[in-house]
Amino acid sequence: MSNIEMEGGQAIVRCLENEGVEYIFGYSGGAAIPIFDALVTTSTKIKFVLVRHEQGATHMADGYARATGKPAVVLVTSGPGATNTLTGIMTAHMDSVPMIVLTGQSVSWMLGKDAFQEADIYGMAMPVVKHSYLLKKPNDIPHTIREAFHIATTGRPGPVLIDIPKDVSGGHCDIDLHAEMDIPGYKDVPAPDHDTILEIAEAISKSKRPLILAGHGVGISGADESLLQLAEKVCIPVTNTLLGKGVFPETHALALGMLGMHGTAYANKAICECDLLLNIGSRFDDRIIGQAGMFCKDAVKIHVDVDASEFGKMIVPDIACVGDAKAVLDELIKHVPVLDTHDWLKKLDGYKKKYPLKFIRQGSLKMQHIIDEMYKLSNGKAVTVTDVGQHQMWAAQFYRIDERNNFLSSGGAGTMGYGLPAAIGAQFGRPDDLVVAFIGDGGFQMTQFELATAALHKLPIKIVVLNNHYLGMVRQWQELFYEDRTSGVDLEGNPDFVKLAEAYGIKGFNIRRPGDVKRILQSALDYTDGPCLINCEVEKTDNVFPMIPAGAAVEDMLIEPPKHKMEKPTGST
Amino acid sequence: MPNNDKNLHTLSVYVANKPGVLARVAQVFARRGFNIESLVVSPAVDGNFSRMTIGLSGDPSGLDQIIMQLSKLVDVLSCFDHSSDTAVMKEMGLIKIAVDAEDRPEALQIIEHFGCKTVDLTPTSIVVQIVGDPAKIDAFEEMIQKFNIIEIVRTGKVVMSRGEGMT
Ligand SMILES: Cc1ncc(C[n+]2csc(CCOP(=O)(O)OP(=O)(O)O)c2C)c(N)n1
Ligand SMILES: [Mg+2]
Repeated sequence: MSNIEMEGGQAIVRCLENEGVEYIFGYSGGAAIPIFDALVTTSTKIKFVLVRHEQGATHMADGYARATGKPAVVLVTSGPGATNTLTGIMTAHMDSVPMIVLTGQSVSWMLGKDAFQEADIYGMAMPVVKHSYLLKKPNDIPHTIREAFHIATTGRPGPVLIDIPKDVSGGHCDIDLHAEMDIPGYKDVPAPDHDTILEIAEAISKSKRPLILAGHGVGISGADESLLQLAEKVCIPVTNTLLGKGVFPETHALALGMLGMHGTAYANKAICECDLLLNIGSRFDDRIIGQAGMFCKDAVKIHVDVDASEFGKMIVPDIACVGDAKAVLDELIKHVPVLDTHDWLKKLDGYKKKYPLKFIRQGSLKMQHIIDEMYKLSNGKAVTVTDVGQHQMWAAQFYRIDERNNFLSSGGAGTMGYGLPAAIGAQFGRPDDLVVAFIGDGGFQMTQFELATAALHKLPIKIVVLNNHYLGMVRQWQELFYEDRTSGVDLEGNPDFVKLAEAYGIKGFNIRRPGDVKRILQSALDYTDGPCLINCEVEKTDNVFPMIPAGAAVEDMLIEPPKHKMEKPTGST
Repeated sequence: MPNNDKNLHTLSVYVANKPGVLARVAQVFARRGFNIESLVVSPAVDGNFSRMTIGLSGDPSGLDQIIMQLSKLVDVLSCFDHSSDTAVMKEMGLIKIAVDAEDRPEALQIIEHFGCKTVDLTPTSIVVQIVGDPAKIDAFEEMIQKFNIIEIVRTGKVVMSRGEGMT
């Protein structure tokens, strides 16, 4: 390849084009002007979306990536612009979401001298990125961007940050845009070890009560079909994590739905009673295992993960298999027998009948009612986005997901404010699909300014604000574990969300009574002229069950509200 | 020499010679409550890479996690634990003691016994250079304590596998 001459910023844009980038979400500023200028001078086809806050840009890129499987780019300026991205980067990092964050930076020779809007974002972001760069010269642009995308999207995906001093983006370069990568320390995912696969197959063949735990890794690797084949061939029931929603159809007869703190009773019962647990692509998060020492104590535990550092981090597996979920499953399926799990499945079906997810439709309006009705009206096909809190858990319980990339939620980080911008990103990535966001009144107000972005681009998102006038999830903990001493959870002063939406030119609906739910949700679904917001005035003090108190054993699950006083939980959150 | 304290570990980390690598490596330890006791970084045969030899203290049950977390870093090519193997392990120390003419003969006797070198001598002080495994340096420090030790600077240990094995 021959070298060409251009400005650094132009090289950046050309390199992003080479990576197939469709959208850049960002916010301008002095240190990033050369890159913004290049968006114009190169006449690129990449579309730039001006957000209203840099955190919004990161969640949009995150939502875009989760909904499409493709990475998006965030472009911000130095100093406060860069630090505003940290929450979104951390959110993506915790949930293994690919993302490229380009931050403008002061000129190189001023670094470390407290230059105007200089922030050491390279240093600050280090613990929450998969990798990061501080560019030194314009000629480093092509290989760095190539590496950044490779690192962000392969193996266990994650965010990569590139800090770009203004003299680099504004400098002159003479380069080959298709430069080679130079990352000798970056390990490719190994092919699954054959003997380990045979060992897993052997363990499965001896099991009477096997259970598959499917996590985000199945979705990331595109192993959903393979998982379905394996589960159906062997007749193994499947439970999934929050981020694993959709990697196995939750409406399937073998599906037990989500496990963990607010998972289904039958999934958690299955965890307690299985004699073999095959975990594919989940990191045994503390919200699913409860008390580590008690988790699946008597079961043979098999852990398949692309990231070997997950083995033994929380749970010591009996068999660990490092590899890509699809590669492992496709190999494993050749060696597994058909098992007679009839009795086991019957037992689990008994639990499904005995402990169904339920709520009362009469009386006060329930969040569950809204979610359940939306599920029905949208035929379970919506790209479902949540914020963080009670509504998130109810959305996970009542909006069953059958396809991967259709459930977007901040799991590991639990970032309030994620929902609206993530839904915007998802809608950009999947313009023809229905995107529904379930958002709490608290979290909504953390990023509500992105209503402007949604309105401007006429994105037909259904923004469902589940308004209980409380930081509901925290209030629930205070009620259950702190003798109902509510503190710092009353959201008095909430605005009129419908009027707020209207101020942005967004259509608003109110739902106040159970009898109106279906009709108004249908009107919202029929509305096609841009986004609409549905404010739902719901029961203020409802609680999410089942619940396994943080740090407690799965066996200690509360299926119904407790009748006795609860001890303070031992787990952190 | 394998060390006996099971909370002490020696890791050899082979890394890309790039800015920021040390910060990334250090973060892995700090986050998990490991303390860096000594650290030596030097360029490898191929100047694009560096070798870090890190003396660590921390709960041994967390060590495997640490090694896997380090190996996961993009700039880390390999990471080995030499805590319990028989790799060659050496360190150098410079020790400055206050010694006048009266004490000098005894001090020199100890220095000679340990095979150390006197690298600076004044009417009131001696700077001793000692090379050996870390235990030897500890023992020397112990012996020389009876004199007034003004300063000690130790390089931290470096390790290398024996024979043709890779460090
Ligand atoms: C940025 C951030 N701050 C604080 C929290 C702690 N937190 C977790 S859930 C929750 C309550 C959320 O309230 P709301 O958005 O109204 O949802 P609800 O639980 O009422 O459905 C809070 C404060 C968080 N997860 N994220
Ligand atoms: Mg609320």
